[in-house]
Amino acid sequence: MASGKETSPTDAAAQNTKSAKAADQPQWADGLKQLYDSVVEEPLPDSFKDLLSQLDAADADDANQNGNG
Amino acid sequence: MSVETRSPSEKADFKRELTEVVPHLRAFARGLCGRPDMADDLVQETLLKAWAAQERFEPGTSMRAWTFVILRNAYLTDMRRNRFRGDYDETVAERILTAPAGQEEPIHLSDMHRALLTLPPERREALLLVGAGGFSYEEAAQICGCAVGTIKSRVGRARSTLNDMLAEGNIPQRSIEDETAHRAILEELDDVAAGNGETAKID
Repeated sequence: MASGKETSPTDAAAQNTKSAKAADQPQWADGLKQLYDSVVEEPLPDSFKDLLSQLDAADADDANQNGNG
Repeated sequence: MSVETRSPSEKADFKRELTEVVPHLRAFARGLCGRPDMADDLVQETLLKAWAAQERFEPGTSMRAWTFVILRNAYLTDMRRNRFRGDYDETVAERILTAPAGQEEPIHLSDMHRALLTLPPERREALLLVGAGGFSYEEAAQICGCAVGTIKSRVGRARSTLNDMLAEGNIPQRSIEDETAHRAILEELDDVAAGNGETAKID
């Protein structure tokens, strides 16, 4: 890592081989994970919980109607 | 269409697991389609479909893998209907994709995301699944309904393209908006969707 460019095309090519594992991840690999994790860690909008509750409630209604009918 | 073969506790488990996986669905969707609002629409659509198909979910298997299949299929369908045409919103990305404070950041996450969005969809999803979602090649292959070798090759090509783009700082600004590029993407999507068959339906 002493001089010059950090990532050469040959490095990139080497990473395409089967052995592409944690050891020879490119610099940005961590950024990709961060990108994903930053969304996972966002507070969840209520709309999603509301939707699931509505679906749950609709199923319960169905079950009651079918069961008692 | 009520779900009658599941016990109340199984249904409760399903709902809990589905709720837990929503943040991951949002992250995967945002990686795929770029715009947060559209990504969330896609997640809503996925939740509706997952709920309707809940009898096909095998308790004890990965809810994340199961719902990712549904999400990607919904995405491919929507893409072919032009719902996500070139709608990457850079200002939103800048706001949302902020790097953690105090950490040295050689590459801007917004560059990273833009570069990601210029990849052909099947490479983008392969890289997202393996490189961001932490799935194994085998799991990713099952989600995409293709061979493990195909996933490895897609991830490898995606990595190599991103290396080139990020190392050179040569990231296309709006490649999806370009008509030719867009048509090429749609053609590739047909291939992706065609290879989408048996194994993608997790039974």
